Amino acid sequence: MKKQDSLLKDFIVEAEEIIETVDQNLYLLASENNNGEEPSPSVIHSLFRAVHTLKGSAGMVGLTPLASLSHRMEDMLDRLRLGKLNWNNSVLELLTEATNGLRASLQSMSSPDQKIADMTPVMNRIEKTLAGEPLQEDAALITGGVDPEILKTFTEYESHRLAENMKKGHHIYEMRARYKLDSFDVDLARTLEQIKPFGEVITSLPATGLSLDAGILFKIIIASKEDFIHQEIKWAGEHTQIIEIVQAGDQTSRQAEKPVLSQINNNEELSDSIRSVTQTVRVDIAKLDMLMNIVGELVLSKSVIHQIAKALIEKNGYSSVGADFQKTLDNMGKKIGELQENLIQVRMTPVGQIFDRLVRMVKKISREINKPVNIHISGEETALDKTMIEAIADPLMHLIRNAIDHGLETPEERTRSGKSEVGNIYLRAFSKGNHVLIEVEDDGQGIELQAVYQKAIEKKLADARREYSPKELIDFIFLPGFSTSKKVSDLSGRGVGLDVVAKNISKLSGMVEVITDPGRGTKFSITLPITLIIIRALIVKIGTETYAVPLNSVSESLIVDLKDIQSIDQRKVVQLRGHTLSLLRLEELFHMNTPSSSETSCYVIVIGSAEKRIGLIVDDIEGQQEIVIKTLGNILGSLTGIAGACELGNKKTILVLDVAMLIEVALKKNK
Amino acid sequence: MNKKVLVIEDSSTMRSLIVTTVEDLKGFETVEVKNGIEALKMLPTQKFDLIITDINMPNINGLEVVSFVKGHPQYQSIPLIIVSTEQGEKEIQKGLSLGASDYLTKPFHPENLKKVIQKVMNGRA
Repeated sequence: MKKQDSLLKDFIVEAEEIIETVDQNLYLLASENNNGEEPSPSVIHSLFRAVHTLKGSAGMVGLTPLASLSHRMEDMLDRLRLGKLNWNNSVLELLTEATNGLRASLQSMSSPDQKIADMTPVMNRIEKTLAGEPLQEDAALITGGVDPEILKTFTEYESHRLAENMKKGHHIYEMRARYKLDSFDVDLARTLEQIKPFGEVITSLPATGLSLDAGILFKIIIASKEDFIHQEIKWAGEHTQIIEIVQAGDQTSRQAEKPVLSQINNNEELSDSIRSVTQTVRVDIAKLDMLMNIVGELVLSKSVIHQIAKALIEKNGYSSVGADFQKTLDNMGKKIGELQENLIQVRMTPVGQIFDRLVRMVKKISREINKPVNIHISGEETALDKTMIEAIADPLMHLIRNAIDHGLETPEERTRSGKSEVGNIYLRAFSKGNHVLIEVEDDGQGIELQAVYQKAIEKKLADARREYSPKELIDFIFLPGFSTSKKVSDLSGRGVGLDVVAKNISKLSGMVEVITDPGRGTKFSITLPITLIIIRALIVKIGTETYAVPLNSVSESLIVDLKDIQSIDQRKVVQLRGHTLSLLRLEELFHMNTPSSSETSCYVIVIGSAEKRIGLIVDDIEGQQEIVIKTLGNILGSLTGIAGACELGNKKTILVLDVAMLIEVALKKNK
Repeated sequence: MNKKVLVIEDSSTMRSLIVTTVEDLKGFETVEVKNGIEALKMLPTQKFDLIITDINMPNINGLEVVSFVKGHPQYQSIPLIIVSTEQGEKEIQKGLSLGASDYLTKPFHPENLKKVIQKVMNGRA
């Protein structure tokens, strides 16, 4: 009996530790779930192992209720880890509830007066979840080029993880490392730790059939989304070699490379087999940024040399040396252009990268608020600069949240208005010249312009005496502090408004436009330049200052007679082909003195597109130039109307105008 | 001389249950480790007469322990008993084909463990 007592004590200690582990893992899963991520296989697996151990031990010490509850949990986790049950919110809830049950049941053992909660409801719910047929794994297990010897020792879970990774088209590597017998445990643990950032360790198998005199050889099967074979890593073991046994995207087996083990003696032979495997290099984006900056500076130097050449030719007259110089310079210019082009290409990644994340998020939100949504995506392959892609993710996420929350109606409302019960959201990307357009469209209720108007009046953003065009009304939704939603929902009503979206897009030199059709839906289109780093700009002079205006937002430049400029309600306008164009003088915006001028005409640069455009009054246009935009840093970075600074070839630094912001300010001022 | 048994099991309750059951048998003593890696470290340090191993363990699983033992001449002759759950049927089959002598499914009655140990050891005597 005494033996039984001490066993029970052992059990309680172990069970407490296990429940602690379960709690931690559930917490990880919940936060992944909140971020719209798939649960990590490793977390599910350690959860399974913990509950599995608990079940075994509880059964052995005769604690039937605890054993059966953990048994149910184990069944559920077993299906999850083997891909036989889909992950969703209710699974997470069930697991959390069951864990609370485990804890309560354990606590009641140490304090017998405590009432034991009834576990039957949660157990029944788990049973119900598991009642359906388990999802089937693909009949033929994909095993690729993995050594059959290794497959023999795979547990069901390991086989499943291998198959999953191959299905996803990940790289599968076999790493062989030899460790000294007296320290292999520490060394192996270090190697596994080193692998972690790159991928998933599926198994590590101590090799057989070899004398242990030279140490112990491990074969480690690794799955990795990215190619990590060329990483410069000082591995913990001796003679470590990695071979790729399944290439990414290759689901069918590739001839397994099986170097004879006895040959793994010198490193030269090793590198031979490593070199042949893959042709991809992973590069830190910061290194590409640096290269891009260097190219940018080369471009600038090139234009300076051009100016010098021009001056020399003007001074000394045209000679054969001058001609050669000019020709070589043109040639060099062409090569620099190619260099720049190729470098931009290297930085391009498909927008599909973030689309995946967004689709997951839509599914999650749709579940959370019980609004069925179909998301349709197109143009995932459209390429954009990597930094741009990351920067656009949050604004897109916000627009989509808005669309689901405010745009789409409830299924009942949709049925009443004769629409399909399930709402649709379209996420599209496509290229248009030097721009990429990303659209978020829903087939929901559209934006009620009357409500927008009311709200704008309420918030004193609009002038009740004035008439507003639909276009002008829509623009109110991008103003800070504006929200037409009657209720603040958990989803999109969290303080971050469309004004932040517009601001973030403008920071990327992009623009956002809205088209809404009341009752039928709303479309947000975002126009972005393909890359941010080098752009062509118009160099203009305003007063004594020189500025750069990104050329992609300039539609034309005009010479306007001062007498053609009219004043309406204190704003300056000019008639352009039958339309009224609002004019903006930067000196007024930046509160600088306007030098009196004797000129009778001025230059007007038309910026923006369609109905959202203004004319910028400038004193002189100096020409076009390629510029490299640099940020102004944290202190000056938030200046209205300034996107950054750039260097001109002559070592002069000038400011780059933030066109989208200027338009915003000018149009607001007019209202 | 007592027969030495290496017990590989990550659950402390299960481990101590196995250990007490084995030591209940006359003429047996145990060495306990928590996982496959510790087992591999322990193996060369002394001569074992029997190994009892769990299957689901991180990094080096029980099947890999069986394969390692059977793949090295100096350990080959040590019989192995694998312990798994009823869901682990496929794994038990793999373990047996890799050379494990017998198996037990959890939860088991200590008497059953004793019987299996005796069966395996007698088969070798």
